[in-house]
Amino acid sequence: MNETPKPIAGTASYLDDRLGAGSFLKRNLRKVFPDHWSFLLGEIALYSFIILLLTGTFLTFWFKPSMGHVEYQGVYEPLKGVMMSEAYASTLHISFEVRGGLLIRQMHHWAALLFVAGMMVHALRVFFTGAYRKPRELNWLIGVLLLTLALAEGLTGYSLPDDLLSGAGLRITEGVAISLPIVGTYITFFLFGGEYPGVDVISRFYTLHILLIPGILLALISAHMVLMWVQKHTQMPGPGRTEHNVVGAPFYPAFMAKAGAYFLFTFACIAGLGTFAQINPIWLFGPYTPADISAGSQPDFYMGFLEGALRLMPAWEINFLGHTLPLSVLIPALVPMGIIMTGLALYPFAEQWITGDRREHHLADRPRNAPVRTSIGMAAVTFYGILWLLGANDEISTHFHIGLYETTIIGRFAIFLGPAIAYWITYRICIGLQRRDQDILSHGVESGVIKRLPHGEYIEVHTPPAEDIAEHMRGKKQIQIVPGDDDKDGIPPKGVRGPIGKLRAKASKFYGTDHVPLDGDGHHDGHADEHAAVGAGDKPRELH
Amino acid sequence: MIGTGISVNSITARRRRHPLARLAVVALALGLLGGGYAAAAPSDSTADAAVASGKADDVAEGRSLFVAHCASCHGLSAEGTSMGPTLVGVGAAAVDFQVSSGRMPAADPSAQAPRKPLGEWVTPEAVRQLAAYVQTLGGGPTIPTKEMVSGGDAAKGGELFRANCIQCHNFVGAGGALTYGKYAPDLNESTPEQIYEAMATGPQAMPVFNDSVVKPENKADIIAYITQVRGQVDPGGFGLGRIGPVTEGLVVWVAGISFMSLAAIWITAKKRKRTSK
Repeated sequence: MNETPKPIAGTASYLDDRLGAGSFLKRNLRKVFPDHWSFLLGEIALYSFIILLLTGTFLTFWFKPSMGHVEYQGVYEPLKGVMMSEAYASTLHISFEVRGGLLIRQMHHWAALLFVAGMMVHALRVFFTGAYRKPRELNWLIGVLLLTLALAEGLTGYSLPDDLLSGAGLRITEGVAISLPIVGTYITFFLFGGEYPGVDVISRFYTLHILLIPGILLALISAHMVLMWVQKHTQMPGPGRTEHNVVGAPFYPAFMAKAGAYFLFTFACIAGLGTFAQINPIWLFGPYTPADISAGSQPDFYMGFLEGALRLMPAWEINFLGHTLPLSVLIPALVPMGIIMTGLALYPFAEQWITGDRREHHLADRPRNAPVRTSIGMAAVTFYGILWLLGANDEISTHFHIGLYETTIIGRFAIFLGPAIAYWITYRICIGLQRRDQDILSHGVESGVIKRLPHGEYIEVHTPPAEDIAEHMRGKKQIQIVPGDDDKDGIPPKGVRGPIGKLRAKASKFYGTDHVPLDGDGHHDGHADEHAAVGAGDKPRELH
Repeated sequence: MIGTGISVNSITARRRRHPLARLAVVALALGLLGGGYAAAAPSDSTADAAVASGKADDVAEGRSLFVAHCASCHGLSAEGTSMGPTLVGVGAAAVDFQVSSGRMPAADPSAQAPRKPLGEWVTPEAVRQLAAYVQTLGGGPTIPTKEMVSGGDAAKGGELFRANCIQCHNFVGAGGALTYGKYAPDLNESTPEQIYEAMATGPQAMPVFNDSVVKPENKADIIAYITQVRGQVDPGGFGLGRIGPVTEGLVVWVAGISFMSLAAIWITAKKRKRTSK
């Protein structure tokens, strides 16, 4: 009974001999994955992408990527007899006449939103835990590239139905392209095959959307996964976790079951939204004509920050020798995107340069333990968030009865003040949390037992923290600082000479100085009762 | 439309509600006088028509309503004051639109008078009388009949709606923001007559779409589109306010990412039992 049946054993060894599958699986099935809920967030994007591929394939069976003019003769009454593009008509056909078409279309769109949102929360997790540090910088770059491509994939995707709303987005795309100095006109004519809107853009976007960009996405996602697999996942600090091991569950069976379950959760989320929440009701928008525009035209959420930048921007332009440089379009189109994407891409390298840290990092930082990084991250999130919010300023104005101009004026101040305030608040919170950790480690946690001492004083008995929590806290690692102090002859060390070097030394000190060092093992024991006798520690705590 | 269920005639109703309003008495007297004058002195064709159709009483009643409820801003003879514009020539359609939607009498002189619940005196009858009075002041667009606001071609109307209306009112008439505290209101509460009247008279921030700009039959088409679309059951589930990607983005973050985070927390909370070695 224990013997493998011959057909299975035969096939298995046939394949094994030729593919080496057995040893590959043996090596990899027991791969250990660390356990932390936030490590699953990236999988939202991965599974959404799989659902996008499947639902997208379904949609291509009926979608006609053509701008040819047809008269609508489908079942949707309020558009009957209206002239529209074949793309729009076929999307209506999918929505109303293809069985299950509307559900799949809605799932495709919800999956797209979840795809980008999943990438964003995943990127935030990686950023705030410093999981992009050596040796994972390249994987981080792949991630940034994936996010950028996802935006392009989204834009080309929601433009395809050729409805009035997406047409507004297409018009802005054209406006941005044509605003580029010197090459703008050429790029626009190349993209649209002539004057806007032309007859080519839908079929070109279709090729980009279903072939080129998803192909690159698929390749990059595979590379992302392989690198993650080879380099192993980072883990949060905790008992028994070091830079040289991974503590967690093996891929088979534990992690596989979890990942499989998480795929089903993602599917449930997307199918649930697709069933119960209407998304992109193109029949309400009507077919695109360049002459029409609707109030409350917004892009999908991931483009909202660009929309907001456009709405915030004062109407500046430069006229020079008969050429116009429309700063009111160029700046909002390129600057926020540049700040965010370039900032993301360069951050690991900038951090390395500032800290001089060339070590490998497999233990993740708790966000509080890298306060400057966390604060920079929150400032960036605030910058992005304000732009995003202001992209909906007309809806905010209509629904909350705030003047439209007031939202713009508030936004123009908030875009500069908000990140600064967010930086400061985050920094204070980080320091506060570090102090709390230090307090717990050196003084234990309140037990709720009040004790009266012989001389009459009341104290609350503190008990040492649970071992795993304490280990988690003790996982704090010093941020490296480039040595910047002059030697006895007054000569600064190599690498921090000259104005840039001095700046580097300063930045490094600012970035890495630990204001709340953990007390270490100094008074680990002995203050079960006698809490009051334990001082603040040997090292003076410097806070500012 | 307003369905107040009041069966007594309007004069009794009014007197009951304003028993001590001297102004109303004066207004009534003036109104009767004015109405009597209008009836006695056939000066222009509007008055002639009013007399011919037996509506002279309506005009008188309308005038007294006007004096009671409108004159403080628009002036005793609707000549306009610093608080409100003249109503000479705005027509019955403007009155019907503003009063039947509760915008007038305005509660406060803000950027734009919002739609609000109707005052107790605002019965269809009272609105008709008030409109009849204002119509006598200098003509203007009249209240459309039922036939004028029905029977349009929705598809044709949709094209006109998209070309002329949605840049302020949004693609389903959900409304939109305008400058300086003004806004294009939600069309989904408007009656077909009110939509017609708004096009004909251009209330508040709205431009006038008179019969040479949008023909009467095309106005009916637009009304057909608006009423047909707003009557639709959303085929895709909850409509999320039908305002497009803003609410969709909100849903994917608040519902989608929250749900997925909770799922992740739940999955990883299930620790594997340590097996004995």
